[in-house]
Amino acid sequence: MEFEPKIVSFLCNWCSYTGADLAGTSRMKYASNIRVIRVMCSGRVDPTFVLKSFREGADGVLICGCHPGDCHYHEGNYKCLRRYHFLKKYMAQMGINPDRLKLAWISASEGKEFAHLADEMAETIKSLGPCKVKDEMEIFD
Amino acid sequence: MSQKPKIKLAIYWGAACGGCCVSVLDVHEKLFDVVAAADLVFWPIALDFKYKDVEAMADDYIDVTLYNGAVRNSENEHIAKLLRKKTKILVAYGSCAHMGGIPGLGNFSDRKGIFDRAYQTSESTVNEEKIRPQTETEMAEGTLTLPEFYNDVKTLDQVVDVDYYLPGCPPQTERLVEVFMAIVTGAELPPKGSVVGALEKTLCDECEREKTDEKVIKEFKRPWEIEDDGKTCFLEQGVICMGPATRGGCGARCIKGNAPCRGCYGPSSAATDPGAKMMSAIATMIDSDDPEEIESILDQVVDPAGTFYRFSLPGSIIRKTIG
Repeated sequence: MEFEPKIVSFLCNWCSYTGADLAGTSRMKYASNIRVIRVMCSGRVDPTFVLKSFREGADGVLICGCHPGDCHYHEGNYKCLRRYHFLKKYMAQMGINPDRLKLAWISASEGKEFAHLADEMAETIKSLGPCKVKDEMEIFD
Repeated sequence: MSQKPKIKLAIYWGAACGGCCVSVLDVHEKLFDVVAAADLVFWPIALDFKYKDVEAMADDYIDVTLYNGAVRNSENEHIAKLLRKKTKILVAYGSCAHMGGIPGLGNFSDRKGIFDRAYQTSESTVNEEKIRPQTETEMAEGTLTLPEFYNDVKTLDQVVDVDYYLPGCPPQTERLVEVFMAIVTGAELPPKGSVVGALEKTLCDECEREKTDEKVIKEFKRPWEIEDDGKTCFLEQGVICMGPATRGGCGARCIKGNAPCRGCYGPSSAATDPGAKMMSAIATMIDSDDPEEIESILDQVVDPAGTFYRFSLPGSIIRKTIG
């Protein structure tokens, strides 16, 4: 059976979730590997959420927020961007491929872009294979 | 006071440096209060009791055990399990038992990596026969044994059930005396699993350095690169200080000695993962919205994993590197 990755996606309430919703209401097809969690802002995505996702079995994590300058709370997406860079660096140190984490900007009108992004992310993670974090963390030897 | 039956106290070190045991000795003249209220029944660093003496004790014979040190090998694990059986209240004492501590940094490698470095590739080693420690060695006199060195370092609660955690590297001696006296006097104890002898909030909450609301960092600096005025928040001077992600209660000892916090008290009650919290806090302060500039500022933090998880790697969400 082909590997079907689990991708946890944190979408901001104001732009990206609405964008994903538009993809749905427009009946666009995209990879069903995406599991959406709505957050009020991409700035709400604590690095703990990302690490916990991997620890509990996610193969990839996708964070989407408003385009730079468009944040409903002025600068939440910038904070997310800085955390994202930190996380990537940390993941590389811990032996987790940084490509398993992606940050993208999706506006409320970009349903098509979201569908495309979801497909692209699913492809990336499929090519990387299953994430070993959950299994490895459960081995105490 | 002498009429009351004395409590039985045991202190043990697993993978530790000995500093925690010294912190117990640092009670100085209060030691008289301690021995007036407690009999020390097991303490390898100071008293000549053997493992077989502990094995001979009835279950729950010991009232309180302070276990310091992480679990690195089979001996650490064996004694942790033995003491758990013989003890009513088991306290994970110090950073290593609490979250892995400095020995926990071994989880950036594994047994093979550590053995290769220590017994082969280190600059001062000559080992042409490629000898490695063995758990059993046959000699003319009989079989010699060594504890098994595990592949990864574990916190005490990853091996046995722990009642309380008393963090610090080492814990503040005053806090130990307070906790000890609370147990002796029969004060109401906090719920099982609590972190005792520390605050709920972060170190920043008790730090006396001057802080402004608008912390901004344009450049990270090593402590020697700044001329510290002794008053301003370290982070505002560009020096990484673990204060925002670390539990208070240490009395800001390092800060008062003009050194930034390194995080030995572990995360505050509101956080589970100190490093994730620290990444979150620092990212908020970086004064740039440009992806490339952000990356170049963050590149100045050479070793985020080692810096943010210095005392807590085995107890954090990603507790070792993925092979």
